[in-house]
Amino acid sequence: MTLGQLASRALRTSRPSSLIRTIISTPDLNTSSAGAAAVSDAPPPPPPDRTPVGGARVHFTNPDDAIEVFVDGFPVKIPKGMTVLQACEVAGVDIPRFCYHSRLSIAGNCRMCLVEVEKSPKPVASCAMPALPGMKIKTDTPIAKKAREGVMEFLLMNHPLDCPICDQGGECDLQDQSMAFGSDRGRFTEMKRSVVDKNLGPLVKTVMTRCIQCTRCVRFATEVAGVQDLGMLGRGSGEEIGTYVEKLMTSELSGNVIDICPVGALTSKPFAFKARNWELKGTESIDVTDAVGSNIRIDSRGPEVMRIVPRLNEDINEEWISDKTRFCYDGLKRQRLNDPMIRGADGRFMTVSWRDALSVVAEAFHQVKPKEIVGVAGKLSDAESMIALKDLLNRMGSNNVWCEGNGLNVNADLRSGYLLNSGISGLENADVFLLVGTQPRVEAAIVNARIRKTVRATQAKVGYVGPAANLNYDHQHLGTGPEALTEIAEGRHPFSSLLKNAKNPAIIVGAGIFERKDKDAIFSVVEAIAKQGNVIRPDWNGLNILLLNAAQAAALDLGLVPESDNSLETAKFVYLMGADDVNLEKLSSDAFVVYQGHHGDRGVYRANVILPAAAFSEKEGIYVNTEGCVQQTLPAVPTVGDAREDWKIIRALSEVAGVRLPYDSVDAVRSRMSTVAPHLLNLDEREPTTFTAELKPECSEKMSKDPFANVVDNFYMTDAITRASKIMAQCSALLSKK
Amino acid sequence: MLRRLATQRLAQIRHAFNPNSQTTSRCFSTALNYHIDTPDNKTDLPWEFSAKNQEKVKEILSHYPSNYKQSAVIPLLDLAQQQHGGWLPVSAMNAVAKVIEVAPIRVYEVATFYSMFNRAKVGKYHLLVCGTTPCMIRGSRDIESALLKHLGVKRNEVTKDGLFSVGEMECMGSCVNAPMITVADYSNGSEGYTYNYYEDVTPQRVVEIVEAFRRGEKPPRGTQNAKRINSGPEGGNTTLLGEPKPPSCRDLDAC
Repeated sequence: MTLGQLASRALRTSRPSSLIRTIISTPDLNTSSAGAAAVSDAPPPPPPDRTPVGGARVHFTNPDDAIEVFVDGFPVKIPKGMTVLQACEVAGVDIPRFCYHSRLSIAGNCRMCLVEVEKSPKPVASCAMPALPGMKIKTDTPIAKKAREGVMEFLLMNHPLDCPICDQGGECDLQDQSMAFGSDRGRFTEMKRSVVDKNLGPLVKTVMTRCIQCTRCVRFATEVAGVQDLGMLGRGSGEEIGTYVEKLMTSELSGNVIDICPVGALTSKPFAFKARNWELKGTESIDVTDAVGSNIRIDSRGPEVMRIVPRLNEDINEEWISDKTRFCYDGLKRQRLNDPMIRGADGRFMTVSWRDALSVVAEAFHQVKPKEIVGVAGKLSDAESMIALKDLLNRMGSNNVWCEGNGLNVNADLRSGYLLNSGISGLENADVFLLVGTQPRVEAAIVNARIRKTVRATQAKVGYVGPAANLNYDHQHLGTGPEALTEIAEGRHPFSSLLKNAKNPAIIVGAGIFERKDKDAIFSVVEAIAKQGNVIRPDWNGLNILLLNAAQAAALDLGLVPESDNSLETAKFVYLMGADDVNLEKLSSDAFVVYQGHHGDRGVYRANVILPAAAFSEKEGIYVNTEGCVQQTLPAVPTVGDAREDWKIIRALSEVAGVRLPYDSVDAVRSRMSTVAPHLLNLDEREPTTFTAELKPECSEKMSKDPFANVVDNFYMTDAITRASKIMAQCSALLSKK
Repeated sequence: MLRRLATQRLAQIRHAFNPNSQTTSRCFSTALNYHIDTPDNKTDLPWEFSAKNQEKVKEILSHYPSNYKQSAVIPLLDLAQQQHGGWLPVSAMNAVAKVIEVAPIRVYEVATFYSMFNRAKVGKYHLLVCGTTPCMIRGSRDIESALLKHLGVKRNEVTKDGLFSVGEMECMGSCVNAPMITVADYSNGSEGYTYNYYEDVTPQRVVEIVEAFRRGEKPPRGTQNAKRINSGPEGGNTTLLGEPKPPSCRDLDAC
C-alpha cells in the first residue's frame, strides 16, 4: 500500500529538475548586471528535511556508536549494524523489495533492492549489506534503475497474466513496483512454467503459479508462527513453495501469510473473488474475539463487512492478527437478531415493536423484588453498555451485575490483580516465563507470538504448569496442577532457582483460574512465588493475568462485581446482555429472562424477551484489553434491522421503567464512565497499575488438588460471532489440533 | 520483428536436434516436488536405519559438531537411499529428520534440491548416462537410445523385473573417456553399494554390460576400451615415456 505512494514519488522525482529554468522578467533584463547578480546571489534553498519512510524508526541503543552514511548525497546518522536498506528508509528513500520484511529474517533472494554503492564493482543487495561508515549510497542512478528494471523483467518472465482474476490486484506489490520501477516491455518469448496449487486449508487460497519465490511465507511460518510446515522445494525455475506432504496450515496465525505474500499466490480463501480493494471502505477498529484487542481495519462495501485486515500497533499486535480475528466476519451476517421479540404463551417468539418490548420488560422489572434482579454482561460488551447496565440495575435496587468469565468471588480492588501488568510489548524484556493454567496459543494467540518472539530472540526459558499443551516454543512442562506451584513456591522445584536468578521474570496466570473455587489460594501461592523471585519491583511488574474476553478488563475497571455468588439461583429477573456462556441450569423456571444481544446464540433459548443490539463492527464502544490499554471500536457498517446500540436500549428501558438514566449521548455515557474509571477516556493509552498484591490480606483457603484444565477447548468457536461463522466451523472441523 | 523471427528459427533448430524433449523447464529430478501417497510410499509406513547402518549413522554424525547435527543431512539421506534400494520414501526422510533433530520439511527441501536423491522408485541397477557436451559429441545420445531400446523403457522408468532404470546425468568428469555411463548398484543394500563408471562405451558394449549385470556378474569398471589404460591414449603414451628431467639447480655443495 505504501508502495503506491512510492510509485507516484518515483514518477515525480524522475523528472530532471535541470530542465526547469527561472524566467527573468523584463525590468531585470534591462539592468543586466543587477539581474545577473540577483540570480547568482540568492543561495539555493536548503533541501527539505528528510523524514524516515516506510514506518522506519531510529533507535540508538548506544549513541556513541552512530555512524554516518550518505544516501543520494544526503547525510544521515544511523546506529551501527543497520543495513543499507534501513539507512535509506531513515533517510526517506523507499527502496523496492519483495523478499525483505522488517519483522522476518533477511533472505536477499529477490534482488529488487539493488542500489549502487560507490566503490562497489556491482550493485549491492541493500537489504543484506550492512551500512559502513562513510558509505555513499546512490539509489537513483542509471545503474540502480537498470538493475531494478532487469530484476522486474526476470520476475515477470514466469509470472502468469492473472491480474484480472487475481485477488491481489489493486494491492499487489508486483503491480505497483513494475509500474514504478519496471520497464515497459519484456523480451520473453518462451513458454511460462506453471506450478500445481497446494491445499493449505480452508483459509489460505494458493495459486502457486503466481509465486515469485520470495520465501516470506516460509520465513514467517518458521520464525513467527513457529510451525515448520512450508519450505522451498526443488531448485531453479522449478522451485515450488509447499509442504511436500499434504499438510494443512494449522497454525493460528496462518492467515498472516495472506498479508505477507507480495503477489497473489497466497490469498484469503473466504474473500476470494468477492471484492477489489478500491471498492472497500476501511474503518479502523478493534478486535473483540479475544482479550488482546488487536488493531484491525474492517473493510466494508456498503452494509457488508468484506474482510478484516490488521493495523500496525507495535505495542499490542505488531502486524499480525490471529485467524479467529481475521475470519470471524462472516458470522456477523448470520443468525442476527434484528427485531425485538417476545415469547408468547405457546413458547414461540413473536416480533413486536420496541415500545411493546420495552414496556413488557419494564413491567417485569417492577414485579420482582430488588434482590431477585440479576444482570450479566457478555464477553463482547463494550464499556458504555456495561456502565449503563450497572446503573440501571443499581437504580432498580440490585447490585448483582457481573461480566462473563470473571468467575465467582470477583475481586476488582486491585487493577494489578486482573491485568497483564508488564504489558504485551513489555513481555519482550522478560527472560524467564512461568505460565500457570494458561494456554496462550489458544487463549491469546498474539501474546503467544510475542512470547515466542522473546524466546527466539533471547533464548528465554519457559516453564508451563497445566495440561499437556502444544506450545510452539521450547518449554518445560513443570506439572499439571496446583501442587507444582506449591513446589516452586517452596523452592523444591528446579525451576525455582531459574526464577530466582532471572533478571526480569514474568509469571502469566490464565483467567481460567477465576472460575475455580480455590482461586484465592492459587493466587496467594503465585504471589509467594512472585515475592521470592523478585517479580514485582518498581521498574518491572512481572505478575500478569491473561484475560479471556474483550469485556472482562473494562468490567472490572467499572466495578461490575456481584454482591452474592449464587444470585442466579434465587433470581426472578435475569438481564443477559450478550451473555451466552452463563450456566442457567439452576435458574427457576418462572424467572423472567431478557436477552439483549446481536446473535441468536445460546442465550436466546431461555429468554422471554429478545432485544436486538449492535455487534462490535456497528457501534462505537470502548474496550480495554488484557494489558489495560483503552481502545475504541468504530462503526463500519450500519446495524441490522431494528437493532440499536446496547447502551441506548438500556437508556430507553430505564425511561420506560421510570428510573431514567441521566445520559442521552455517547459523551454523556463516557463522562459517567469517567466518574468511575477516568482512564477509560484516554483512548489508545495504557494506564499502568500502581498498587500491587502486597496490599492484599492473607488468604486462608486451601488449594484443591484438581489439575488445571483447558479453558478454551475450541479455538475457533469461543463467542457468539465465531459460533455463527461458517468459516470458523470449517476451520474447527479441519484444522483443530487433535 | 527480426528478434521474433530469430527466436522461431532457433526453436526450429532446437527441435530438429532433439525431437524428444518437450520439456520447457528442465527438471532432472525423477519425482515431483510434492508427495503423492502410493502404497509403498506413505508417511505412516515405518522406516528406520538397519542395525548396521545405525553404527554408520553414529559415525557420520561424529564428523560434525554436536550442535550442528543438521549438517549431516546429505550423507544420512544418501545412506537411507542406499538402504532402501536406491530411492527415498517419505518415511525415510522423516526418519532422517528425527535423527538430525529438524522439522521434516527441511529434509524434504534438501532431498528435492539434489537430483541424485531419487524420490521415486529406481531399478536395482540404476544406469546413468552422461549427457553433457563432451559426451554428447562423442555419441552419448546413441548410448542412451541403445539402452532405452534394449530395456524397453523410457527415461526414468523401471523395467518390469525391477532390475534396471536409465537416467540422464550431468558431467561426471570423464570427458577424456567419453561417452560413459555410471551404474549405481543398489542390489546389495548399503553394504554392497557401488557407484562405478563404465567409460569409452559403445552402444554394443553398453548392452553387454547390462546383460552382465542381469546375470549377476560385475563387469570391470573403468574404460571399456581394451587398448587404453585409464585415461591414457590408445596405443600407449606418446609423451612422458621416461623419468622426468629434474629442473636445473645450482651446485649445492659448492661453498
